[in-house]
Amino acid sequence: MKKLLYISLAAITFTACQPEFNDPVNEQDFYTNGDADFSNYVSVGNSLTAGFADNALYLKAQQNSYPAIMAGQFGLAGGGDFIQPLVDGNLGGLLNGGQIISGTRLVLQIDAEGNRAPVSLEGTPTTDITNHLDGPFNNMGIPGAKSFHLLAPGYGNIAGVENRNANPYFVRIASSTDATVIGDAVAQDPTFFSLWIGSNDILSYASQGGDGEDQTGNTDPTTYGYNDITDPNVFASVYNEELKALTSTGAKGVVANVPEVTSIAYFTTVPYNAIPLDTQTAEALNQAYAPYNAGLQQVQAIGLITAEEAAQRTIQFSAGQNPVVLLDEDLTDLTTVNPALTNMRQATEEDLIPLPVSSVLGTLADPDNPQSVIGVGVPLNDAQVLTITEQTHVSTAQTAYNTTIKALADQYDLAFVDVNAILKQLANGGVPFDGGTITADFGTGGAFSLDGVHLTQRGYAVVANAFIDAINKKYNATVPKVNPGNYPTIFVK
Amino acid sequence: MKKLTLLAMVLLISAISYAGGYRIALQGQKQLAMGHTGVAVINSSELVFFNPAGLTYLDKKFTVSLGANAVFANISFQNEQYGWHTEDNNSVSTPFNVYAAYKINDWASVGLGVYTPYGSSVEYPTDWEGSHLINDISLSAIFFQPTLSIKLHDKLSIGGGPIFATGSVNFNRNIDRSTTDVNGNRSNVTIDDSGITAWGYNIGMMFRPTEKFTLGVDYRSKIDMNAEDGDADFQNLPSAVAGQYQSVAFDASLPLPAELSVGASYTINEKWLVAFDYNRVYWNAYEALDVIFSNGTESLNPRNYKNSSVYRLGVQYKATPRFILRGGYYFDESPVRSGYFAPETPRNDSNNFTGGFTFKISDRFALDASFLYVHFDEVDESYNYYQENGQNVPFGGTYKNNAFVPGLGITYGF
Repeated sequence: MKKLLYISLAAITFTACQPEFNDPVNEQDFYTNGDADFSNYVSVGNSLTAGFADNALYLKAQQNSYPAIMAGQFGLAGGGDFIQPLVDGNLGGLLNGGQIISGTRLVLQIDAEGNRAPVSLEGTPTTDITNHLDGPFNNMGIPGAKSFHLLAPGYGNIAGVENRNANPYFVRIASSTDATVIGDAVAQDPTFFSLWIGSNDILSYASQGGDGEDQTGNTDPTTYGYNDITDPNVFASVYNEELKALTSTGAKGVVANVPEVTSIAYFTTVPYNAIPLDTQTAEALNQAYAPYNAGLQQVQAIGLITAEEAAQRTIQFSAGQNPVVLLDEDLTDLTTVNPALTNMRQATEEDLIPLPVSSVLGTLADPDNPQSVIGVGVPLNDAQVLTITEQTHVSTAQTAYNTTIKALADQYDLAFVDVNAILKQLANGGVPFDGGTITADFGTGGAFSLDGVHLTQRGYAVVANAFIDAINKKYNATVPKVNPGNYPTIFVK
Repeated sequence: MKKLTLLAMVLLISAISYAGGYRIALQGQKQLAMGHTGVAVINSSELVFFNPAGLTYLDKKFTVSLGANAVFANISFQNEQYGWHTEDNNSVSTPFNVYAAYKINDWASVGLGVYTPYGSSVEYPTDWEGSHLINDISLSAIFFQPTLSIKLHDKLSIGGGPIFATGSVNFNRNIDRSTTDVNGNRSNVTIDDSGITAWGYNIGMMFRPTEKFTLGVDYRSKIDMNAEDGDADFQNLPSAVAGQYQSVAFDASLPLPAELSVGASYTINEKWLVAFDYNRVYWNAYEALDVIFSNGTESLNPRNYKNSSVYRLGVQYKATPRFILRGGYYFDESPVRSGYFAPETPRNDSNNFTGGFTFKISDRFALDASFLYVHFDEVDESYNYYQENGQNVPFGGTYKNNAFVPGLGITYGF
């Protein structure tokens, strides 16, 4: 017994003799905060800031949200605690008073034959938004938020959730029913902030295949539908208000621009020519579409459409990979002339097909009708394709937003992150790291989670490093970056 | 005696640690206190390890020494590029030894030694930055050595004996830097095997040109510890692959390298004795830590150690007939090559300072005490041979180690 006592005493003595480095990284002044003060960092944004991934908000991804990664590194340069509104566990999904309002997260399922497919985890979500969390929370990333939502009173009022006037994620943490996201952020008296907002102002339109409206010219966002594109002037105005509020306490900060949708896996994964055909089937289909093609020739002959449009709309299959058939609302409406002449054409390389369409493409719209193959016999509808015309709406707005963000970053003298460039690099060659290259390739590249829109933890680590670079440069700080190789990518069931 | 057995059993259970590579040079309290010299020091039954040839020159008819050390080893790690800083969990290990010698007649003695010259016990915080290389390891090997010592001449003796080694290994690491189960728990593997046995030998020669001057040479053979059919326990794998990793066994081989010692001692007068030893440890036997799993997968980890030397100096001062003071120093070269600095043995060259004493309680009993302080300079190093997607992913930073090793022993003789 005594012997144990002596060993314990000796253990206390000798383990207190842990070797000390000449220059310890965890002591003050090894890394410097420069002109910035990280003691109270508050991040503001949307799902990307919240750590959303795999179509859900779940614990592990929140813990490696890019603001949480940054805060961890800030901790080496005078940073303080970073408190996040963590959800309950790793299942994902939300309840509103017991009713499921958001599903569980996606994981990759590999079956016995080696087929890979994203599936939602089985189980019932346990995070209920009626279970209000008392803040304040350093991470004010609200999944689904658009630029103007951050200033909208009542965005956290549970009464508005059902008709989509409020956001369930903000309901969980809003300081009051009429609180605003920006207001709750500023009330924390941040010494440093990040703002990455604007993606949803175009993405909700794009991800629904341009099913909404481009509201450019309409300066009243209360009249917008969720899938509409935000007017660039509205964007500029609210962005300015937000930065004015966030800097009002003397905080320094960093802002990031809006990535273009064509660089995200959600739009680059499903090929436009996704239909494999043999000669026999192609010929049969050509016969089936012959009346449509002939009808086009007739209306062209009487001058209702140009020869160019007639050629664009002509449906033609051959052996091999064939472009999908789709409905394009921007084509001339001919149904008044002939109801059979719907707005059909075949996709071109420029059309983008959203990722979720891959699960219906090639299946039968009517199980009893073998002719009703979606994308072949039955055209994809407007919401299932982002056409080049729709892409132009998106990119025009995005360019305007990004011009605003850069100008206001300069005006408010803030660090600026060109996330758009980072995501372009991921989509075009990739970002190298010590274990290879991180790319935007869906399911294998490492950057995009299984929803194709949100990043993996490794992808968020790349973003965090870009933020840290921008902050170090702007504020003469020396915050160390993280190693993306230490962060997980997609999860296999 | 019952108490001793009990103590020995307690000590057998606890794991071992410490020295260059996974060599633990703690083979006797008296000699450790003198810088772990001893190949040419005629002091006690610790000669069973240091040089079996010397047993025949011992004065006593029968002598037994037993002792144990408590190793408090500390590792600090940091990486400036990423701001990593980690300290190991300071596990304590207790290597031990028991030696007995019996003088049959004027020219022949027999002996028995039980000692623990190899081992390692390192535990990092689970899922630390280098967890794809190691979370924790516990290696131990116990050597049993019956010994015969023959005096060929008043000035020359030889000795030696076979070594029966029994060892165990328990090693856990994450399977890579990022794979987890669906809940984000890191996938990891523990390999565990015990009761690994192997044979070797220890032989020596002692030459005493004068009463005061002694020369010695000793060679301990390499022993390969081959773990066969050990348990490989994979945890937190994605369920899609978990089936392929159930009830998996492993084979691995770890060499316990050969060691050559030469040395001299000189008795200056009745009170003072000084000793020098040189050890050459043939670490080049440790080429790789390759683990072959029964499901056809394998983990190949090059080590590529190089032979290393240890330079030892010790002094002994008989202060009174009852009280003997000892001191020493040694310089221990690391066998690890640059670029092969794996965190399971993250040690560079060390400067070692020793001290101790023997207090004679009675004619037959004596108490031996020792203390060792191991100092390492901090070192910037990396292990460059971990692979991901077919490319080497170095892991490194700055390491700084130290160790404090108090030891106690009892000697009985007549």
